[in-house]
Amino acid sequence: MTAAQPTAGVSPLDLLGVDHLLGEDERDIQDTVRRFVDDRVRPHLADWYESGLDGGAARELAREAGALGLMGMHLDGYGCAGTNAVSYGLACMELEAGDSGVRSLVSVQGSLAMYAIRTFGSEEQKQRWLPGMAEGSLIGCFGLTEPDFGSNPAGMRTRARRDGDDWVLDGTKMWITNGSIADVAVVWARIEDPADGDGQGAVRGFLVPAGTPGFTAGEVTRKLSLRASVTSELVLDGVRLPADAVLPEVASLRGPLSCLNEARFGITFGALGAARDCLHTAVDYARSREVFDRPLASFQLTQAKLADMTLELQKGFLLAMHLGRLKDAGDVEPRQVSLGKLNNVREALDIARECRTILGASGITLEYPALRHANNLESVLTYEGTSEVHQLVVGQALTGESAFT
Amino acid sequence: MKIVALVKHVPDATAERTFDDADHTTDRTGVDGLLSELDEYAIESALTVADGGDAEVVALTMGPSGAADAIKKALQMGADSGVHISDDALHGSDAPATARVLAAALRRIGDVDLVLTGMASTDGGMSVVPAMLAEHLDLAHVGFVGEFSVDDGTVRCRRDGDTASESVEAALPAIVSVTDQINEPRYPSFKGIMAAKKKPVETLSLADLDIDPSTVGLAAATSVVDEVTKRPERTQGEIVTDEGDGGTRLVEYLAAQKFV
Repeated sequence: MTAAQPTAGVSPLDLLGVDHLLGEDERDIQDTVRRFVDDRVRPHLADWYESGLDGGAARELAREAGALGLMGMHLDGYGCAGTNAVSYGLACMELEAGDSGVRSLVSVQGSLAMYAIRTFGSEEQKQRWLPGMAEGSLIGCFGLTEPDFGSNPAGMRTRARRDGDDWVLDGTKMWITNGSIADVAVVWARIEDPADGDGQGAVRGFLVPAGTPGFTAGEVTRKLSLRASVTSELVLDGVRLPADAVLPEVASLRGPLSCLNEARFGITFGALGAARDCLHTAVDYARSREVFDRPLASFQLTQAKLADMTLELQKGFLLAMHLGRLKDAGDVEPRQVSLGKLNNVREALDIARECRTILGASGITLEYPALRHANNLESVLTYEGTSEVHQLVVGQALTGESAFT
Repeated sequence: MKIVALVKHVPDATAERTFDDADHTTDRTGVDGLLSELDEYAIESALTVADGGDAEVVALTMGPSGAADAIKKALQMGADSGVHISDDALHGSDAPATARVLAAALRRIGDVDLVLTGMASTDGGMSVVPAMLAEHLDLAHVGFVGEFSVDDGTVRCRRDGDTASESVEAALPAIVSVTDQINEPRYPSFKGIMAAKKKPVETLSLADLDIDPSTVGLAAATSVVDEVTKRPERTQGEIVTDEGDGGTRLVEYLAAQKFV
């Protein structure tokens, strides 16, 4: 038997012609980010992953991303590009086709820190921080998660109390992307004394500039995932802030949770970028790698893997696009975004692992992206709401029963 | 001041490029077109001048309808307006005809202080159009420019040759062709991408430029492509097995190929 003459391979997403779902601006923005990632990100990824992304490189990358318009791109005004949500999703996909850590830098800046200031900040706060953050010269981080409170942010121990006109913050925030390179941290804290306003138990957001006495950020090292991203612990030890440091427009967990919903939306697209990169690599590798004197791609088991992965990638993209169009129409619900994040990250992780098997031993090196992406996606699976939490969100929507506690 | 950047829409150099079977012109179907990469340096140069002062940047192209993409890319990068010369009669035009048409368009645009071009197109690669343009318009042309500045009606250039760099000055208006070493072209920003659609693009026909269609196009070309032969497939390299004389044999090979 002779293997059929190989024809030119079709790119996994081209197979379905999903480009037809995109408008001209959306395609041009996607192409621009893809080129940016190929030129400015991809050549450095192995080094960043091997040695960790240092602060200088992260700042340079942030400035370049800012010049493009990536920072807070779907927000309006204050120097932000003001694109639609689908364009933001596509940009996340291209960034994460490079590396989830690079996408995280942009997600946290735009969807968490900038979105919080844009949505809940005062005019003065927006003027002070957003233009610099949009151009990437200022970096923001977002402190909600604590060492003992991840899926249960309501249990947070970080406290804010009033002292005269000032606020004083005490507590610890953990797993904070961009933390130790940030110029400003959006920190969420609980109000303890009802006399401090908003009632006991209210959760308020505070803008904490880097260098504020009592505020320190230590980098988390020895990571096996998201190595091309800065992860930190924030310590707030009697941090004294002026009265105007509080975000005035929200006084409950609705604030940080709505920010997370923005970031999750981007991840729904982003994770597919990592999967697509793995799949491209696996297809190319299978076509050129010979085993038993035949291309690996000519084996039925390999083709079955590739076909199934392509199917999941395309289903995930259609899901993401649907959510994007809903979001642009202004009526996407958080539980719908949960569906997207749950499915697409889970499938992306499966695809990355499966691609690794096609690459064999080569797949464990930094010469190929599969295991780097798979390791990154392990973090993406649990951050911004774990898969389990998103299952419970969907379960509650279906049954009316809350099973969180 | 008014700066015109000449841009060309070319077949993607990373794809397989072919000639049309019938008339041996570049086959533009079945291959993605894009803005010639070397022209991005000209646009970046124009935008850099504009960033530093009060200047208007116009992107000018000649080509079929798809060439509007080259204008769009220039507008996305930051050019203010575009002019697209599109006419079926232009199909197959050679460099002299192209230069004549572009010269007419530049006269029509009017009050042009500086024309910037790349060092060559990435398809034809002849590098002669800017010099021909200069003759038509009676302007100075400085080629292979690796650095320039505009000041007080003068453009001061560093022209990079193989063995020496020369400092050349020309009075404006002038035509300057820049190399791919002059700058790092910017990416279109998202704001630029969204704003580009609202920028004016004028489409001109040969009639608009008062050019007789019989003087351009394939039939009027001063040179004719008789036949086209595909470059032979790359042959497998020669493998030298080291039997103690590997180094010597490598040097012999390099010497035979006149590399050393």
